[in-house]
Amino acid sequence: MRKKFLAGIAVMAAATLAMTGCASGSTTAPTSAAGSSSAAAEEVTLEFAQWWEPELPANALRGLMDQFEKANPGIKVKLISGPYASTKEQVVAGAAAGTMSDVVGLDGAWVNDFVKQGSLANLSELMKAASFDEKQLAAQVQLNGSTWMIPVANFVYPMFVNDDLLKKAGVSAVPTNRTEFTAAAAALTKLGNNTAGWVLPLDSSAPNGIQNDVMSWVWSSGGSMLKDGKPYLTGNADVKSAMEFIKGMYDAGSIAKGSFTMKEQDKVNEFTNGRVGMMIDSLAHVNLIREQNKDLKFQVAAIPSADGYSGKRGMPYASWGIGVAANSKHQAEAFKLVAFLLGKDVNATLCNAAHAFPGNAQAVPDFVNSDPIFKQAFDIYQAGTPTNEFTGLPVAEDLMRSFDEQFQKYLAGKQSADDALAAAQKAWDAAFAG
Amino acid sequence: MSTTTLPARAKSSGPGGSRSRATGGKKGLAKALVPFGYLSPTVILLTVLMVIPIVMVIGYSLMDNVIMKKNPQFVGFKHYSDILSSESFWTAVTNTLFFTGVSVVAHLILGLAFAMMLNTDLLGHKTKAIFRTIYVLPWLFTVAIIAVLWRLLLEPNGVINYLLTASHLAGSQIEWLGSPETALFAVTFINIWSGYPFYMTSLLAGLQGIPGEYYEAAQVDGASAWQRFTRITLPQLKPIIISMALLDFIWTTQQFALIWMTTGGGPLGTTEMLSTFTYKLAFTKYQFGAASASAVIVLVISMVLAFFYVRAQKARD
Repeated sequence: MRKKFLAGIAVMAAATLAMTGCASGSTTAPTSAAGSSSAAAEEVTLEFAQWWEPELPANALRGLMDQFEKANPGIKVKLISGPYASTKEQVVAGAAAGTMSDVVGLDGAWVNDFVKQGSLANLSELMKAASFDEKQLAAQVQLNGSTWMIPVANFVYPMFVNDDLLKKAGVSAVPTNRTEFTAAAAALTKLGNNTAGWVLPLDSSAPNGIQNDVMSWVWSSGGSMLKDGKPYLTGNADVKSAMEFIKGMYDAGSIAKGSFTMKEQDKVNEFTNGRVGMMIDSLAHVNLIREQNKDLKFQVAAIPSADGYSGKRGMPYASWGIGVAANSKHQAEAFKLVAFLLGKDVNATLCNAAHAFPGNAQAVPDFVNSDPIFKQAFDIYQAGTPTNEFTGLPVAEDLMRSFDEQFQKYLAGKQSADDALAAAQKAWDAAFAG
Repeated sequence: MSTTTLPARAKSSGPGGSRSRATGGKKGLAKALVPFGYLSPTVILLTVLMVIPIVMVIGYSLMDNVIMKKNPQFVGFKHYSDILSSESFWTAVTNTLFFTGVSVVAHLILGLAFAMMLNTDLLGHKTKAIFRTIYVLPWLFTVAIIAVLWRLLLEPNGVINYLLTASHLAGSQIEWLGSPETALFAVTFINIWSGYPFYMTSLLAGLQGIPGEYYEAAQVDGASAWQRFTRITLPQLKPIIISMALLDFIWTTQQFALIWMTTGGGPLGTTEMLSTFTYKLAFTKYQFGAASASAVIVLVISMVLAFFYVRAQKARD
């Protein structure tokens, strides 16, 4: 009986040990094993969670990591890669549980919340400790006077135009203002065969259409959705005018059907398949469009402005940002990796592979000069102002979503533009206060 | 039993009885603990994987904004009252009830119809095998594939609209998932399509377990096909039907991936479910306290359903 009792206890102890072992799987622990040499004991494995690897050519990011490991003996990098959405969930969960990877790919829209939560390390301090020259950076995302995210690669969102469709519709020039755009969209829609002038994704599960496809019209005409860093929607003539402009095209049937549940990928598919004449999209998709439809003739242009506007045009952009986890035990080593990716040559290599504009101000990727579309985009980028007012805002994605819900109601004719703006303002104010 | 055993032991103890009592006590304790020793791995696993997370979530639901704040404050039932007085929550409840209720009923009817078709003697073995393969197909796809597949089929330029317009059944493209009028029906239809094989296979097994003599005797008595169905088939399948319907009800109220990947709860909140409502609170608003309260409400609803499920199981045993 005693044996049976002991056996039972042993089973219980074994299970406890097994589970304790599982639970204590460290994300950042040094990889040294007991009894190994002192050199091995100093070896550090950095986890780097990002969504970049799946969007880059095979082995592009791993190749750079190998280069980093060679230059920094004793530091290994473990890439944790996944699509954007799952990376976001993983980073949010990691931030909540205090198990965020040492180095994390960041979207500017997440930064405010992570800073509030205390899950990001202060990069200003890390830069100072590493004597890193900040002047080489094209941009930094700062809050409360400190840097928390550095954009590594920037993707601008110009207007894409299907040359063949425009020609077929009898539109001789690429639209430069809203009146021309509305006329071109109507002419393209008249072609029939389910062709539409413009495409507008408003799916509420990924509401970045508000940033890229709606607010872009405000920014391209010098408008703003903020005043003194606070929400400014009620009584904002610039935002209301952009909404009315879009509603006019929606009512005229010039926008591809299915907007309310359309995602960014659907938008790209519609354009790639030649069913849509114009779209506002990330430059990151140029290669994808070319691969999927080799015959499609298209170009990029600046987003049309409000009639009569002659100032600098804002153009939305999204970044592959980078940050260091506050819970990382190896922040100095983690920053070495950040500095490596932002170095002039490495940054140019990475941006070349990604077809993005560099985070290092001195880096010049080759594709800018070798490809006419990217040359066009680079010229627009330099002539305009990269703008993304959602970067650094609290619960930025939810701001997009609450605006999206009100905007959809407005488009569906269930409320006026003023009511939509007032309701969105209320939701935004609450989010800022919360 | 214990009242008779213990005095007997006491009687048998002579000189030195206290020592043997002590030994017997230790042995008795050890004996009593053995089952717990064997149970302990399961108990520990359940505690770590279920009890602790549930207790933590209940705790979170009583704090102001846990996780996002370093020092969250206790706010009692504030999140519960906020959620229960929120219009969006009740929209989500209504949508979930419609989505779940229609799905469960349709799953049952379709599953039973197909199971009976596969159980009939009127079809040959090969024909049955072909139908069985076709009917079970939706069950083999993951939710992600089902969502992508149906998004492609139902999009304005998709196959369904092409067929409808080509056959003049529709004058123009219908925004199945993008229109507030059709979105809830569309996602419910997709869920029905993806879920009926579960019923079909289980009911088919149930049908094959009904002794043929019952039907033969009924036929001799002159019972019609409908009478045989209502008096023999349904009563025989009743325990399976109740168990599956309750399980399906629990699973469908928690359906998240399909909704998120097809409509995201839109358009205009017409497909917002309790699952998407909770997810948005947590992962887009970062209101983990409120999200925990919402999750606890869903847990309570699930517990009520689980209670009925367990009761149905006990009745079946």
